[in-house]
Amino acid sequence: MHAVSQDMSVRTGRIARAFIYLALLIFALFYLLPLLVMLVNSVKPLTEITGGNMISLPEVWTIEPWLSAWSTAQIGVEPTGLRPYFLNSVLMVVPAVAISTALGALNGYVLTKWRFRGDNILFGLMLFSCFIPFQIVLIPMARILGITGLAGSTAGLVLVHVVYGLGFTTLFFRNYYAVFPDELVRAAMIDGAGFLRIFWRIMLPVSGPIIVVSVIWQFTNIWNDFLFGASFADLDSMPMTVALNNLVNSSTGVKEYNVHFAGAILAAFPTLVVYVVAGRYFVRGLMAGSVKG
Amino acid sequence: MGFIEIRNVSKSFGQVEVLHNISISVERDEFLVLVGPSGCGKSTLLNMIAGLEGITSGEILIRDRVVNGVHPSKRNIAMVFQNYALYPNMTAGQNITFGLEMHGVAKPVRDRSLSAVAKLLQIDHLLDRKPVQLSGGQRQRVAMGRALVRNPDVFLFDEPLSNLDAKLRVDMRKEIKKLHDKLKSTVVYVTHDQIEAMTLSTRIAVMNHGHIQQLGTPQEIYNTPANVFVGTFMGSPAMNVLPVRVVMHDGVPHACITDSEDLQQYFRFSQDNLADWDGREVFLGIRPEAITDLDGADRNSRNLARLRNRIGVTEPAGSDTFVTMTLGGRDATARMRADVTVVSGDVFEFAVNMEKAVAFDPATEERIKP
Repeated sequence: MHAVSQDMSVRTGRIARAFIYLALLIFALFYLLPLLVMLVNSVKPLTEITGGNMISLPEVWTIEPWLSAWSTAQIGVEPTGLRPYFLNSVLMVVPAVAISTALGALNGYVLTKWRFRGDNILFGLMLFSCFIPFQIVLIPMARILGITGLAGSTAGLVLVHVVYGLGFTTLFFRNYYAVFPDELVRAAMIDGAGFLRIFWRIMLPVSGPIIVVSVIWQFTNIWNDFLFGASFADLDSMPMTVALNNLVNSSTGVKEYNVHFAGAILAAFPTLVVYVVAGRYFVRGLMAGSVKG
Repeated sequence: MGFIEIRNVSKSFGQVEVLHNISISVERDEFLVLVGPSGCGKSTLLNMIAGLEGITSGEILIRDRVVNGVHPSKRNIAMVFQNYALYPNMTAGQNITFGLEMHGVAKPVRDRSLSAVAKLLQIDHLLDRKPVQLSGGQRQRVAMGRALVRNPDVFLFDEPLSNLDAKLRVDMRKEIKKLHDKLKSTVVYVTHDQIEAMTLSTRIAVMNHGHIQQLGTPQEIYNTPANVFVGTFMGSPAMNVLPVRVVMHDGVPHACITDSEDLQQYFRFSQDNLADWDGREVFLGIRPEAITDLDGADRNSRNLARLRNRIGVTEPAGSDTFVTMTLGGRDATARMRADVTVVSGDVFEFAVNMEKAVAFDPATEERIKP
């Protein structure tokens, strides 16, 4: 009797499992479809696309749209391709991610291991900054950039993104360090290590997962940001996203859809790489701080 | 002047005072155990000696130097934590020498100290491992190594054995005792385990609600508890505290107690200063081993009383058998030799060693000193 019922449960389990996998497969395909369309059309001559065949594979394969998008396409008035703006984005993203992550780690360390009166209120206020929509800060931020003389420069964009990202990075590190035993800090104090030495030698070496989380989060947000880039950048500090928009929205001549597709993939490429390389740490790190805190 | 002087020390967290006017003088090479239930303030006091908690009022001196406000690393102390607090990113060896490194000790000297300590604690083969690769007992040893290597004036232990399993705890207890005998160091040790307190200490401070209840040698604490709390907290099973009426008989005080059959039994008190209490109630404090079978009773006692009483529950523990009975309207525990046949529900003849009994004032719960 017992064996039979167990057998039944195994069989229904298998059917349910097959169903789940089927559903997952369908969803995965559904999500991949846009990327597939973009890829296929980015290696097609324009005539095939305008001929009305967006879904089918190209009859003639070409990488011309990619080369054009990268180095010769018309961005605004300059035929430079996306290359200089890609570089702008890198110059903006790398320091912004590094600085906001470093400051977030320091904030988290202080908020959990060097508690002071009102620290939770301060943390709450910093958390609040996560919920402020970008649009609200545009005008005050423009004012500050004007006063500091950073308007229209890459440094200005770095400042904007560091300030905006600080709430998130602080939240990540604060929750991660909250479950880190206080005794370790006390032991290090007795051993004679100071504030920065404890941070550098004890806390940071075990912060790998949460650093990955912070870097991925900041990298994707800052790289994909359009609003701040469009609002505060000059022509020579314009990030990739804004340049892509200018490429696609150029109103002169024919719409080169294949070039647009190639450009869009180029713009999305770095974040994809970051996810593929560090993605599995991302989930692990997000879970790590979430148990307590 | 003691090696560590704790003078009128109080500690408040906001409005709540958790330690009230504590004064203890710890001698050189002494092993002082702070024991008490959780929340009694013992760990707070230890952290104040370590400098990890501020002192609200009073002062603490280590080697004649006031250390209020002195940074933990400059007090020449070492501390072993309950969860070991080993740095997870460093090997056992790096964990042990981290403090020396922070104090600017040169590498060759560090290595020499490390190998000496590792040999002493028999952890030579573990030095390259990370804490996660060590068992509980091994982590404990590394944590002790980290304390020993500094050669501090004072060792502070914060419940170092409570994360170990029962058998290992007993082994490590012996190990700590051996180390103290060998190194002759000054130790302040916090625990909630009264057996650890009894076995390890040269002196015990029993704490409750932020007050020191009694400070004394293990024997003093065990035999002459200052109050009901100390009597019942120290010793396992706990001391029996039974309400009795004092009756003077030929000028000698007797304890009149109700047995399991509601009959009055009279036991002579060994202390003779209870005349003031004639006709009034006191608490009779008597340890389980002082109530036993007739053959197991202490033959040297000058004050053995007999008691016929009905056996309630029997608990054979291997080496002894514990018997619970009703005495003075409360549950009382007796400790019998293991080979005595005791049957639940039978009436049995016990010997009560009144020489070991103490009397408590029922109002203050303080011991009435002889």
